[in-house]
This record gives sequence, C-alpha cells and structure tokens, in this order.
Amino acid sequence: MTLPTLSHDEIFRYSRHLLIPEVGLEGQQKLKAASVLVVGTGGLGSPVALYLAAAGIGRIGLVDYDVVDFSNLQRQVIHGESRMGKLKVESARERMLDINPDIQVDIYNEIFTSQNAIRIAEPYDIIIDGTDNFPTRYLVNDLCVLTGKPNVYGSIFRFDGQVSVFYAKEGPCYRCLFPEPPPPGLVPSCAEGGVLGVLPGTVGTIQASEAIKLILGIGEPLIGKLLLYNALDMSFDFVRLRKNPNCKVCSDHPEVAGLIDYEEFCGMPATDHGIGSAGDEWDITAAELKERLDRGDHLRLIDVREPHELAISKLDGAELIPLGQLASRMHELDSAEEIVLFCKMGSRSVRALEVLASAGFRKIKNLEGGINAWAEEVDPGLPIY
Amino acid sequence: MPTLRIPTPLRPYADGQTEISVQGKTVAEALGDLTTQFPELKKHLFSEAGELRAFVNLFLGEEDVRHLQGIETPLKDDDMLRIIPSIAGGNH
Repeated sequence: MTLPTLSHDEIFRYSRHLLIPEVGLEGQQKLKAASVLVVGTGGLGSPVALYLAAAGIGRIGLVDYDVVDFSNLQRQVIHGESRMGKLKVESARERMLDINPDIQVDIYNEIFTSQNAIRIAEPYDIIIDGTDNFPTRYLVNDLCVLTGKPNVYGSIFRFDGQVSVFYAKEGPCYRCLFPEPPPPGLVPSCAEGGVLGVLPGTVGTIQASEAIKLILGIGEPLIGKLLLYNALDMSFDFVRLRKNPNCKVCSDHPEVAGLIDYEEFCGMPATDHGIGSAGDEWDITAAELKERLDRGDHLRLIDVREPHELAISKLDGAELIPLGQLASRMHELDSAEEIVLFCKMGSRSVRALEVLASAGFRKIKNLEGGINAWAEEVDPGLPIY
Repeated sequence: MPTLRIPTPLRPYADGQTEISVQGKTVAEALGDLTTQFPELKKHLFSEAGELRAFVNLFLGEEDVRHLQGIETPLKDDDMLRIIPSIAGGNH
C-alpha cells in the first residue's frame, strides 16, 4: 500500500511524533492512512476522539444517537455548554476539526444496532468500544469477530476501569471472558451508580494509545490481557485472558454466525428508553402518586437508593431500605400494605419490585422515572440529578 | 487465610467490603465460606442448580481459575482470589 504523503504543515504539526523513532515519518503516514470507528461519543468516546484527532488519524467515524446535556459535562470533555442540546456526534466533530482540520470525521447519528453495524463499520480498520450497555458491547464484539477487526475495549464503573484489545485473529474475544451478560440490574449503569468524572479520561486515553499502537504495529498491545484499573487504590493490575475453545463466536465451531438480537440476548435495552418502568400494571406515575397522597391514602414509600443519595433529594415520609439490603430486611414490610418503591430514575426500584414480587408481595408499585420524575412533575423544589 | 477481592458491583451485597478473608483450601471452599458470611452474594455467584454463573470470572493471581483446576483449584493462605465483574459503563 502506498502511504499518503505529509504536507509541510503536517510535518510541523506532528513533529513531536516524527521525532520518536517508533513513529517517525512513516508511522505518521500510517496514522494518516488509518481509519477508526468510535462507538459512543460520551465519557470514553470524548478522550478517544480528541486524542485520535490530535494524533492525525486520517479518518475517524463517530456513532451516537444522543444530544449533549448538562449532566454530561462532568466527564464528556469533548462537549461544552455552548453545545447544549446539540447532537453529540456534531458537537464532537466540531471540536475535533478545530483541533485538526486535516482529518476526515464521519458522523453517524444512529443507535448502533445489528441492522446498521456492518454498514457503519465497513470502512474502518479498528473499532473502539466506548458504549455504556451490555447489548451494544456484545454487538461490537461479535461484529469485530465476524469482520476480523480489532475491538479496543474500555469499560468503567464508579472508580473501576477495564481495558483490553479483543482481536479474535490473535487472541480471545469479549465473549471468551464474558460468555454471558450478568442478569439485568446486577450491574447498575453509570446513570444510576455514578462514575468519577476523570475515570473515563484515564481509560479512554489508554484505549486511544492501544489503537495507535495497533496502527503503528509497535509495542505490546493488550491482546490476551485485561487491564484492571482502580482510581481509589491507584492500582493497575493485569490478568491473562485466553481464547475459550468453546466460545460461541470466535472458536473453531461457532454457534453465532451473524449478528443477533443483543437486547434479547442480554435481557435489557441498549438505550435509556423504557428504563425506569416496570410496565403499566406495576407503575405509578409521579402525578398519580401525588394525587393519592393528597387524598390521604395510606401508602408506604420505600426509598431503595443508597444512604448518601438522601443528601441530594428525598421524599417526606419515605423509609430508606437500600436495594442491597431489601432481601434481608423484607420482614420490615407487610404484604397487606400498599407499597410504593422508588429510586433515582426507576431502575433500582424495578429490581426491588421484582425481589418483593417473587417473595409474594402483590400490592407494590414502582414510581416510574424515580424521584427525578417526582422533581420534574410534582416538586420543582427538588433537584434533578 | 486467603483473601477474596470483591468487585464494586457486588459490594452492596457484602456489607460494602473490598476484601474479605475466607477460610478454605480450594476455590470452592473459599466461595462457600464467602456465601456463608454473606448469603446475599449467593444468588449473584451461583445458579439455582448451584453452579458458578457464567459471567462470574475468578482469577488467582494473573490466571483464570478455569485454566487452572476450576473451583477445585487449591488455595494457599496468602493467595488473593479476585472476582472480575462485567461492567458496561462508558458513554452516558
């Protein structure tokens, strides 16, 4: 392959790269010839996209369906207040081209699905997984295995980060390590469980480094290794990953020969839509709850959030039983009473509802959308978080 | 006693603890002791049939116990057994 040449301006721009013997002029030309798809332009995608743009990756694709909101800015450093309400892919592209107008940034304002993934990923050499949910992570993995591309994986939760390069041609894939997703609700999302704002910065920049190493063919990529980072302990641990000879997608006898329905496989949605609802039969809206409380109906309000969340917002008369303690404190509840469960947005309370329903409780309701919905619809004096 | 490192998503079911000392000469015994100390963890680690769930990854040092002797892998007193969780956050 003939590598593209660099202009004098590009030589000056990338001079700190050209000085490194492992990169040099040819390495920079390889970066210019390379194409990388970044799935997600949020916490992880922000540093990934910024650094890949700055490094001079010739063609970068961005996939996201969301718009910039205020609660993104604590960690999604590619966006800013001036871009509030704008498409994330457009906001990110604008910033990337401001850093480096010599590159091409393609945007896909779409939910990444089994229907469009092959089309979207087709022009790119490397896929970077900066998503936030299990269905899309399995989709990115299977897509990369089936099309023979490396998947630069990064994932975060609170203070924990994980990074690896899943490249089935040379090592294990994501499914070799995680053949099945955890049951819905065991692992809260960052929207429910929180995340340290700089954590995706650390993890995303490691993903960007790995992508650049793969393009240049230098160093030791994280193939067959999983990095476990904890910001509180400031620990970087590595574990060895091996190919699973029975892997359903990357073994010699795969069961998965094409992309499947990953929402069904994981038993959970890939987007926020519908999160916080237990279904019509079990939900009560904030307005309905207000009406019933005003009427003087006797309802027990059970807050299943964590104790530290009470400092942010609380409902008068509610009792705190964190989700993790619900099973062992069930004796504090009476199945003859009407119970309304709530959390921040409704995901944990749906889990709580399932715990109680399986123990025989029937007079239970989930506050749809959680205390945030209450703040939005009933009590504007409460903050939304 | 061997130590078990509890990943963040499972800590609510283990009194918020990060590391727990467990008794046992094998991985199976250590997990048995862990779930006796914290019964809430049991359903997250084992299926109803009593099998270790497929999403639960146990590593002894750098190695996946599946590539050692599985849950029969022997443990020494100063061993650290680590549960590696599936986490998915990153975009929102």
